[in-house]
Amino acid sequence: MKRILSGNEAVARGAWEAGCSVASGYPGTPSTEIMETFARYPNAYAEWATNEKVGLDVSIGAAYAGKRAISTMKHVGLNVAADALFYVAMTGVEAGLVIVSADDPSMHSSQNEQDNRQFAKFSRIPCLDPADSQEARDFTIAAFDLSEQFDTPVLLRMTTRVCHTSSPVEVTEQQQQIPEKGKYPRNPAKYVMIPANARRRHPVIEERVSELSRFAENFPYNRIEYRSKDLGIITGGVAYQYAREVFPNASILKLGMVYPLPVEMIRTFSESVEKVIVLEELDPFIEDQVRLMGIELYKPAKPINSDYAHTKSIFPIPGELNSAIVRHAAYLAGLINVDIKQEQINLNVPLPARPPTLCPGCPHRSSFYVLSKLKVPVNGDIGCYTLGVAPPLSTIDTCGCMGAGIGVAHGAAVAGDQERHVAVIGDSTFFHTGISALINVAYNRSNVITIIMDNRVTGMTGHQENPGTGFTLQNQATIELDIEKLVLACGIEKVLTVEAFQVDVIEKTLKQWMKEDGPAVLITREECALLPSARKRYLPLQVTDQCNGCTVCFRIGCPAILKSEELDPKYHRPLAIIDQELCTGCEICAQVCPRDAILFRDQVIALTKSEVG
Amino acid sequence: MDIKQLKNKYPEGINFLLTGVGGQGTILASNVLADLGMALGFDVKKAEIHGMSQRGGNVISYIRWGEHVYSPIITKGEADIILAFEKLEALRSIEQISPDGMILINDYAIVPVTVSSGLSVYPDDENIQESLQKFTSNTYWVKGQDIAEEIGYPKASNVVLLGALTALLAIDPKEVLKVIAARISQKYISFNEQAFDSGYKTIQKRPD
Ligand SMILES: Cc1ncc(C[n+]2csc(CCOP(=O)(O)OP(=O)(O)O)c2C)c(N)n1
Ligand code: SF4
Ligand code: SF4
Ligand code: SF4
Repeated sequence: MKRILSGNEAVARGAWEAGCSVASGYPGTPSTEIMETFARYPNAYAEWATNEKVGLDVSIGAAYAGKRAISTMKHVGLNVAADALFYVAMTGVEAGLVIVSADDPSMHSSQNEQDNRQFAKFSRIPCLDPADSQEARDFTIAAFDLSEQFDTPVLLRMTTRVCHTSSPVEVTEQQQQIPEKGKYPRNPAKYVMIPANARRRHPVIEERVSELSRFAENFPYNRIEYRSKDLGIITGGVAYQYAREVFPNASILKLGMVYPLPVEMIRTFSESVEKVIVLEELDPFIEDQVRLMGIELYKPAKPINSDYAHTKSIFPIPGELNSAIVRHAAYLAGLINVDIKQEQINLNVPLPARPPTLCPGCPHRSSFYVLSKLKVPVNGDIGCYTLGVAPPLSTIDTCGCMGAGIGVAHGAAVAGDQERHVAVIGDSTFFHTGISALINVAYNRSNVITIIMDNRVTGMTGHQENPGTGFTLQNQATIELDIEKLVLACGIEKVLTVEAFQVDVIEKTLKQWMKEDGPAVLITREECALLPSARKRYLPLQVTDQCNGCTVCFRIGCPAILKSEELDPKYHRPLAIIDQELCTGCEICAQVCPRDAILFRDQVIALTKSEVG
Repeated sequence: MDIKQLKNKYPEGINFLLTGVGGQGTILASNVLADLGMALGFDVKKAEIHGMSQRGGNVISYIRWGEHVYSPIITKGEADIILAFEKLEALRSIEQISPDGMILINDYAIVPVTVSSGLSVYPDDENIQESLQKFTSNTYWVKGQDIAEEIGYPKASNVVLLGALTALLAIDPKEVLKVIAARISQKYISFNEQAFDSGYKTIQKRPD
């Protein structure tokens, strides 16, 4: 039966059909829905791990114990999980283990662009690279089989376009029955990577790559489509789609397994066509390997990238491809005669940007408002609160990767920076990699003030549960980690938990702590405004005629506060109004208004009562 | 028009671009179009970028119907039909339209923070219309938001536009309603039917 599935749903489907019974991962766009979908299947255990390394260790543990297992993450997640990746590449597994890395070419929602096919080569494991949802499902099943056949973890490399594109998929309703393994393996020579054992394993995995490369020659998902012999294109992943679109008559070698490569197949293909090119997104991963095979690729008359550092010959390295980019590059390389249309009609109207901003009623807003007043350097982290960087709050000075903020602030402190550093971090990010950085602050006694913005959810990636929320991915009630106690246990003596909407308490506390020495942690606690329980409390506020357009409330950057057409008679400044559809009634604006011109919730309720009565 | 006529009119298939602001139901509308394409016997691809979860950002999705659809992405000049749920977003997407493409616009503005904070100005209607004209004369303005509010279900402006689109493509409205019904909860079906009908009629009533 065919159903329309996104690439992510198709991976979950494939995993379920393959009899995978354990999934552990950490949310991250564009991978998140794989876990969210898998979690709803019967006979399947799925969990959000605290971070990707833990998630991969868990899946490795399940695969050692004889259960097919999967671990999912976004591309940068594999950086975090790399330590685990490298040992499991050495040990191999008892039952199939699939590691899903969802890369994000063009960085639609990421801090950097990286091509994780490199990780497969780096760690000597096979890499499958699907081009659509059908392949996402099929390759997932194939990956489990490969994993067991070759005693290796398999990297299933997805990209944003494949993850988030839906197309028809042929599925079966049957789940493979995986035979129960007997006892837990007691095989230290294979599973205990002390140097003596590891040294014996390394040649084994090198031999495994060679075998895989021979196997790749007949792997059904590596296939040649012969059409015109003028041009042959070696391609893999989503780039295949652009190859078909831009070069409908070209012959294509479509690689389902992009590492290791089928040398003979590539050689035969290259010899049977006039010119051969490689079309792939991001790094020249296939291209470099094909060149190393001594195969002569088509050279554009005017070389596009000719310096030693850039070996990708025709198509751009940065950014995701599309048919227009491919067409234009092919035109420049002399492969096709017609370029894309370049003439442009001028819009002549400036288009106001619609950047993502902290939502109306976002509990992060108060801390940023206070920090912007204090003008201290703020070392940020990754999550919704990174948006504190946007004007008018403009308060974040650095943001690199998850868990970095606290360490970066500590670095400035021990380097003797004159200013007091504040690190801001979300609850999920704190559990992910923030804790160890905070222990480092406590242990090495720096002056860093950390704000843990506890909005009771993993917000940025679409509201996932985490160790602080009281529920698991499969909606089981569980512990609610007590952040304050945890911070105390880390050795930080100065800790305070406040309600995030209390602007004055946050301001007073931070000002006081700035005068004192030693590390401190402020926990600002309040539900994310988009959570169902928070939505129930929405109550839009109102501006009274006391407003004189002083602009203070405009500086908190709430999308619900608008400048009205009406001007203050004395100063001729626009008065404030509040959008009744957007306002949640968080009262941050009411607290900062110097003229008490915004009614608090109680006042609004009293007013409506008197109007009704 | 039956499917044959539709295929004759669009021999290469149809590329739809849907654009709106978070919370306007862009995703639901694109799911409906993808399902509909399948039901009509096309190969289908639907691509979305799920950005960040905050409210208020721009949401775009591409749906392609065809004999065989390869690329999930619609590039400049390739969108046969644009459904814009917000006026500014209509303008932002217009460069994507194909030479004789069609655009349906929800006559509704959602002011972005960059405007409310005084950094930029929201283009006025005349400006928007003039600019759209440069790209196509096939523009259809639908009072989607007003209609949805009249019905008492302000969230249904997306379905009003789907109704209008169905009339424009002369697709059997029953077929589309079936697909919509399968995508929404039972509770809201009657609201959505009303929204769909009103949208359908706004086009039917138009003088040619
Ligand atoms: C290593 C890594 N894994 C995952 C992500 C994706 N990601 C970005 S922000 C975020 C979580 C943010 O949650 P939290 O810290 O609670 O802040 P909130 O968004 O709720 O404010 C995640 C998982 C990432 N950028 N890097
Ligand atoms: S989703 Fe929640 S945490 Fe993120 S910006 Fe909106 S209110 Fe704030
Ligand atoms: S802070 Fe108060 S007085 Fe100033 S513009 Fe806002 S509502 Fe008006
Ligand atoms: S109460 Fe004020 S700050 Fe809070 S959402 Fe409403 S307008 Fe924005």
